[in-house]
Amino acid sequence: MDRPKFRLSKLSGDLIFKTVVGLFAFGIIVLAFLLFRELFIASSLSRNAFGAGFLTTSTWDPVKEVFGALPFIFGTLVSSLLALLIAVPLSLGIAIFLSELAPEKLRTPLSFIIELLAAVPSVIIGLWGIFILAPFIRDYLAPPLSTYLGFLPLFQGPMYGPSMLTGGVILAIMVIPITSSVSKEVIMTVPIQQREAALALGATGWETTRIAVIPYARSGIFGAVILGFGRAVGETMAVTMVIGNSPHISASLFSPSYTMASVIANEFLETAASKLYISSLIEVGFLLLVVSVIINIAARILVWKLLKVERGAA
Amino acid sequence: MKWNRRKLIDRIMSFLTAACVVVAIIPLLSILYTVTINGISAINLDFLTQLPKPEGEVGGGLGNAIQGTFIVVGIACLIGLPVGILAGVYLSEYGENRFGRMVSFVADVLAGTPSIAAGIFGYTFIVLYFGFSAIAGGAALSVLMIPIVARTTEESLRLVSGSLREASLALGIPRWKTILHIVLSTAMSGIITGALLAIARVSGETAPLLLTAFGNPYWAAGINKPISTMPVQIYTYAIAPFPDWHAKAWGGALVLIILVLILNIGVRFITRKKY
Repeated sequence: MDRPKFRLSKLSGDLIFKTVVGLFAFGIIVLAFLLFRELFIASSLSRNAFGAGFLTTSTWDPVKEVFGALPFIFGTLVSSLLALLIAVPLSLGIAIFLSELAPEKLRTPLSFIIELLAAVPSVIIGLWGIFILAPFIRDYLAPPLSTYLGFLPLFQGPMYGPSMLTGGVILAIMVIPITSSVSKEVIMTVPIQQREAALALGATGWETTRIAVIPYARSGIFGAVILGFGRAVGETMAVTMVIGNSPHISASLFSPSYTMASVIANEFLETAASKLYISSLIEVGFLLLVVSVIINIAARILVWKLLKVERGAA
Repeated sequence: MKWNRRKLIDRIMSFLTAACVVVAIIPLLSILYTVTINGISAINLDFLTQLPKPEGEVGGGLGNAIQGTFIVVGIACLIGLPVGILAGVYLSEYGENRFGRMVSFVADVLAGTPSIAAGIFGYTFIVLYFGFSAIAGGAALSVLMIPIVARTTEESLRLVSGSLREASLALGIPRWKTILHIVLSTAMSGIITGALLAIARVSGETAPLLLTAFGNPYWAAGINKPISTMPVQIYTYAIAPFPDWHAKAWGGALVLIILVLILNIGVRFITRKKY
């Protein structure tokens, strides 16, 4: 009765298919490996020339061929933190409203509109930043800041438009969709019993959110914030267009700055760029890659735990 | 008395969180409004079909950039879609093991890679050997596409119910044919959705193309030559000091945003009908 031949062909068809799709899956690992390897090798010239001092030197002088990435690391860190400072409270509010407090009918359309913001190409946000946001901040936001908070070094000096402040605000706009939508998803994984228990004890909607929902989702929300930080760190075009692109470290948010991603976008195609110059730019890119990989791994671990539990239960 | 205070706080917090939503929507509305208002006056038939003219000359358009974007994104799809979809099939159908979980994890991390890093990769991997080209641009974009497509494919295949697979297997159809004919066709709308969203995402990418496709004031000369694309052209026009070029940047932005929004909104309608 057995027909081994037939079975064998069935088996080998499966085996071939599994091997083929498995190879493509393996391709993703190869791709990630190649990405690292290429950037690492191409930056070796700069690494040999400057060593660890590359991270702590603030001179960036293409003429004398002395390169240090400190101004860009500073610019990336400060602009991203500024972005989080603005975006995190807003994103949390959005996530809470859309998952807990909003009328049922409004939730889906509002979520969709906010996620649409993430779909706008960054070069268009940058274009809007140059001609609308930067003048707006210069004329309406900077004057009151320097009048009332001008005693702080943060808000001193002249403001021409392109600045760390403008860069931070642009990044905040780009961080909000990801941080709010991941926070919302995380909050929605909180078991309904948590809410029912609080409501049954007579808590109001907000009290339920504060006492029973937010503490439960805390680590996932933290993950969402880190994901937003990763987005801000890696963002290139919009920031390049509004941050002023000047490699100087200044305490004032009104002065122009420069980020790791923008220096690459801005200077990579300099016609007279020497090999060492290009290699230094690639080292900046390599650092950026390493930092964002670390950020993403940390965020995924925090968010995954929660979303996985949910998926397993469903 | 106390109860009233609590109810008041509840109202205030509902109001404040709703205000957060409004604050986040304002930039989007402002962007859509300014792009439409400034872009619409720049757009005409010449703008969509002509080559750009040097600064100072009247007229000219973004015809070659529109053509170039379709070519580069097309190349990215040729590389990215098959790799992404097949890897996604593995992750969903055979991925319940250590290797599968590792691939998922790497794909997620890769999806968070700064796009400029993909640009540098395209530069060192392709441009250094073959020069600035449409191929290099497409390859750099495919690096961004693959992880998105793989994960969305995986997720939509997982939604296919197990009983459907079992029914097919019970009829004696081998597993690979079950996957190809039953699972994939059931999940097709989900896979297409993921692919379209990935296309929308990379169509607007600028940074990787700056380093790989470069730009070209003429019509595309071949996939091994530098090529003009819409995002790069918008960037060039936006940061130039000429008001005429700024108008063209807005026009280009309107064309690009319409393309991206059609893809995004269209996708929502496809999926809404299905479920």
